[in-house]
Amino acid sequence: MGIKRRDFLKLAGLSTLIGLGGKTAFQLFAPGELEASIKEVPLTAGTKWGMVVDMTKMDEHLMDKCIEACHRTHNVPKIENPKHEIKWIWKEAYEHTFPGQHHDYVTEKYENRNFLLLCNHCTNPPCCRVCPTKATWKREQDGIVMMDQHRCIGCRFCMAACPYGVRSFNWGDPRTMDEALNPDFPTNREYPTRAVGVVEKCNFCAERLAKGQYPACVEAANEIRKGALTFGDLDAPDSEVRKLLHEHYTIIRKPELGTGPNIFYIV
Amino acid sequence: MLEKAIQGSRLYWGWVIALLAFIGIGFLFYLTQYFEGLKVTGMSRDVSWGFYIAQLTYLVGVAASGVMVVLPFYLHDYKAFGRITILGEFVAISAVVMCILFVLVDLGKPMRFLNVLLYPRPNSVLFWDATVLSIYLLLNLIIGWNVLSSERKGIHYPGWVKPLIYISIPWAFSIHTVTAFLYSGLPGRHYWLTAILAARFLSSAFCSGPALLILLCMIVRKFTRFDPGTKQMRTLAVIVTYAMIFNVFFFFLEIFTAFYSQIPSHMVHFQFLFAGYEGHGRLVPWMWTAAFFALVSLILLINPTTRKNEGTMMVGCVAVIIATWIDKGLGLLIGGFTPNPFERVTDYWPTLTEFMISVMVWAIGLFVLTVLFKVAVSVKEEVEGVT
Repeated sequence: MGIKRRDFLKLAGLSTLIGLGGKTAFQLFAPGELEASIKEVPLTAGTKWGMVVDMTKMDEHLMDKCIEACHRTHNVPKIENPKHEIKWIWKEAYEHTFPGQHHDYVTEKYENRNFLLLCNHCTNPPCCRVCPTKATWKREQDGIVMMDQHRCIGCRFCMAACPYGVRSFNWGDPRTMDEALNPDFPTNREYPTRAVGVVEKCNFCAERLAKGQYPACVEAANEIRKGALTFGDLDAPDSEVRKLLHEHYTIIRKPELGTGPNIFYIV
Repeated sequence: MLEKAIQGSRLYWGWVIALLAFIGIGFLFYLTQYFEGLKVTGMSRDVSWGFYIAQLTYLVGVAASGVMVVLPFYLHDYKAFGRITILGEFVAISAVVMCILFVLVDLGKPMRFLNVLLYPRPNSVLFWDATVLSIYLLLNLIIGWNVLSSERKGIHYPGWVKPLIYISIPWAFSIHTVTAFLYSGLPGRHYWLTAILAARFLSSAFCSGPALLILLCMIVRKFTRFDPGTKQMRTLAVIVTYAMIFNVFFFFLEIFTAFYSQIPSHMVHFQFLFAGYEGHGRLVPWMWTAAFFALVSLILLINPTTRKNEGTMMVGCVAVIIATWIDKGLGLLIGGFTPNPFERVTDYWPTLTEFMISVMVWAIGLFVLTVLFKVAVSVKEEVEGVT
């Protein structure tokens, strides 16, 4: 029997980490944790990306930093009117994030506390099912729910289908909106801006993963507090995300809908 | 036959010009939406479909209801409806035209509409909705035109039309079922996530559409020399009555399931619509108005004396249209999106621009209807020798 494709990729990735990419790898992971980290699948070779949000390590400041990092990386403009806001990652109170799980005696630690929200990159995403033009789809190789803003006709069926409210529509032209609030727009010239009339959302930083970089929010969070956000391959049993999921009780948003969210919260 | 549409009285031309004026004014509003984006509407992140898609939903029902004259005539050989089947089919055509336009004005990128055909995704209900609506439009155009021109020549319509007529009957049911599936298959939208939605849609379609047709028959009788017939209108009124009873019954089934089970996510949308939710109650007076008119319509239409009397029958039909339009044209969409998946409320109300663009689409629909009815009625007058 020959070597399996995934094992081969793992091996290839490992050699890259130890060899050519060695220096970068050491910079990414604190010294002493190298042993755990080398079990990770390279960022260009994951088959089912997921994220663990450790709420015990989260605070308002940290969440704001994650949001800022993401929105600046992806040229998401600040829009004053909440009806027209574009949000790839944002904060929402516990009882509104997990409406079905809320009760009258929730510990004060969580009542009114903000959680960090982003696209769940569902295993069975309803948004992709409803799109009439295949402008949004679940990428086969790594499970990221992708968007093609050149294909999108702006019918907003995906927004009605998403039970997590993670999709935003460009109600106006994002390039000219609220100039006073966005003095240095576009903030990242290497990433495209969008046109009026299309839907957008978190893409798990597909463009950064392709270059072997962690998602912008994960990078920003770990600069402040290690382990607040952990990104990794849910298919790889030895990955850090799987280790965290094994060791902690985690919750997901609206599990009863069968969408299979891949963002997990340690509470 | 189309030449009939350019021969008319001053009243006819006045009406046509008035409609064209509304289309023109509405188009100016559409230009602002086209260049500024949909921010000129009242829609938002949370209520991401609004007045346009609600009108689409209502009008698909009107389109489907054409089958309520086609089916008795062709399947049950109910000959009286022979006088008005063409009117039913032409109402369906103008309704589908409006449906397609309401989808177009709702799109963020209307120029890319053909992507639906270039990159079709067969498991998207919207793809199927566009497909079945277009085919339904074609079916009605071909059938209506051929049957009418044969009638004018005093011959039987060609044999190949018959299978198309039979296809058009289940097709009418399919267009509104597919429209219901746009909503009833979405996880996490509990107001729509109900197996009875398609049945509710069909029942409200089969009362509101024929009610509209009765009113149109009355207008035709008043302004032309063609009389659609008292018997025809009375039979239509019976259809309206039964469909409205089903419609109200289905609504109470929803109420029972939500409120006996006491599941908050199932009750909350009804509470928002009929009692207000956390201080947001803009739709409450509307919904109770709908309930009031539903009751009025049932009283007037179930009672045979008032159903047969033309004056009260007309009031009953207007009441049906008001009740079903509020239910589908306002409550269904806004109530389905409110509260949002975070159990928060973002208020929605159509803006003037949104309303004027809708006026444009309605005016286009009425224009198509006027032209088609003018042709049909002129042919009928000619055949009956009453010109």
